[in-house]
Amino acid sequence: MALTRWIRRNLVVFAGLGTLAYLILPNVVVLVFSFNKPNGRFNYEWQRFSTEAWADPCGVADLCGSLSLSLKIALWATIGATVLGTMIAFALARYRFRARPAVNSLIFLPMAMPEVVMAASLATLFLNMGVDFGFWTILIAHIMFCLSFVVTAVKARVMSMDPRLEQAAQDLYASPAQTFLRVTLPIAAPGIAAGALLSFALSFDDFIITNFNAGSTVTFPMFVWGSAQRGTPVQINVIGTAMFAIAVLCVLAGQLAGTRRKRS
Amino acid sequence: MSATTAAETAPPAPPPAAPAGLRKAARRKKMVPYWLLLPGILWLVIFFAAPLVYQASTSVQTGSLEEGFKVTWHFQTYWDALTEYYPQFLRSVMYAATATVLCLLLGYPLAYLIAFRAGRWRNLVMILVIAPFFTSFLIRTLAWKTILSDSGPVVGVLNSLHILDVTSQLGLTDGERLLATPLAVVCGLTYNFLPFMILPLYSSLERIDGRLHEAAGDLYAKPFTTFRKVTFPLSMPGVVAGTLLTFIPAAGDYINAELLGSTDQKMVGNVIQSQFLRVLDYPTAAALSFILMAAILAMVTVYIRRSGTEDLV
Repeated sequence: MALTRWIRRNLVVFAGLGTLAYLILPNVVVLVFSFNKPNGRFNYEWQRFSTEAWADPCGVADLCGSLSLSLKIALWATIGATVLGTMIAFALARYRFRARPAVNSLIFLPMAMPEVVMAASLATLFLNMGVDFGFWTILIAHIMFCLSFVVTAVKARVMSMDPRLEQAAQDLYASPAQTFLRVTLPIAAPGIAAGALLSFALSFDDFIITNFNAGSTVTFPMFVWGSAQRGTPVQINVIGTAMFAIAVLCVLAGQLAGTRRKRS
Repeated sequence: MSATTAAETAPPAPPPAAPAGLRKAARRKKMVPYWLLLPGILWLVIFFAAPLVYQASTSVQTGSLEEGFKVTWHFQTYWDALTEYYPQFLRSVMYAATATVLCLLLGYPLAYLIAFRAGRWRNLVMILVIAPFFTSFLIRTLAWKTILSDSGPVVGVLNSLHILDVTSQLGLTDGERLLATPLAVVCGLTYNFLPFMILPLYSSLERIDGRLHEAAGDLYAKPFTTFRKVTFPLSMPGVVAGTLLTFIPAAGDYINAELLGSTDQKMVGNVIQSQFLRVLDYPTAAALSFILMAAILAMVTVYIRRSGTEDLV
């Protein structure tokens, strides 16, 4: 009786942990299969343990080249989208002007549109303009779809900011530039950082829009997609696992630094 | 929207000089938001809005790759696309809707767990929800091929329990397989978009004042009644945002259908992709993506109106 009551009271916990397992299971599979030595070209069935792939992560042609291209594109797309998006966010959060509703919907629409529609229409534009597909078309596309996410993140932060802080700075004879650099920007920084991180993740992992606008250029997701047709090298799992580990370590380090700062 | 106006946050006015200078300064200040907007908005107009217009004109063009395409107001393309590909359209809507419902059913307990029951484990659980993102989603979707493979443990267990017999009677699976069936595609879609459901749910659940639960309990509400009358209604903004963030990308997705499905599970995204990148029939691809866009915008508008959360936008 007590047991059934305990189970009933914690039903939501069990269900939640079940969902968590569903979310994490593929990552576990990716990790385990990074130590596999498949017989054929495809790494879908467990054969025997091997650390070969970990010893030579770049052992597959074009894999690491595509990885560094993706990192490069993600970096530039993040910088571009963060700068442009932060400017828009400040305009929307701080000023009232006639075109506001139009600007708001222009920001909202890319987030409410299936990627395949944006991808196909942008590619149509490039085709009609006779632009060569490659690095630049990918970068343009990535900045385009990351922008809205930066605007949303930064706008929320700037709008929740106390305007009296800036007035106080000005009362203390800070110039507009000083006020902006030493009061406004530090307060908005977490929003800008969140937008930038999101942009990086979205750009690095984007497949659909890149698929339409890359031409013969191969980013990391394009490489994985191609390998799903031709044969999946174990190295893909190695890189997937390494990215996961690096991300978790970064987050944990950030948390640790955060708790230390709180204590001191 | 707070009443933060330009005047409140503007720097102190310069000392009164010539009135003409003042007027010029005021005009310049009025232009500030437009200068801030200009580069980003230009980017969106040129690379997001203009392409949609281009797309519209492409959809009524006829011609071939060799001779070039011309606008001939050939609306027949839309009709042909709809009659030829309506199964894929229906399938997209059905798969996406099923995946959205599954995401809500699976995601709600986890969001609830993080918001109210995780205690000091909250950050860890949160990290575990977000961290899988950092492995490319294509790699993770390929991992489902291993999990659901014909000789894998999942198929083995489901077969020995005769569950696959039942699901293939219902048309969800095909014989003693999971891969290349509707169930596999929906499972992949659910998996891929689950975090987009959990995060908005969590952020609206987290804002709920815990004392409301106590108050409901004090007024003799049973736990489930508290959930139905207090928690769930207050989490509606998260439910609406989460369902939109799940349904929209799922309806346009072609990756799960391609990797986990067979030709019988192709969605409209697959058709657009192959028409555009392989068949090079640009008018049909344009018409299809226009229909998809219109359908989704219409559904989203009705849904937002109905749920009474227009301020979401």
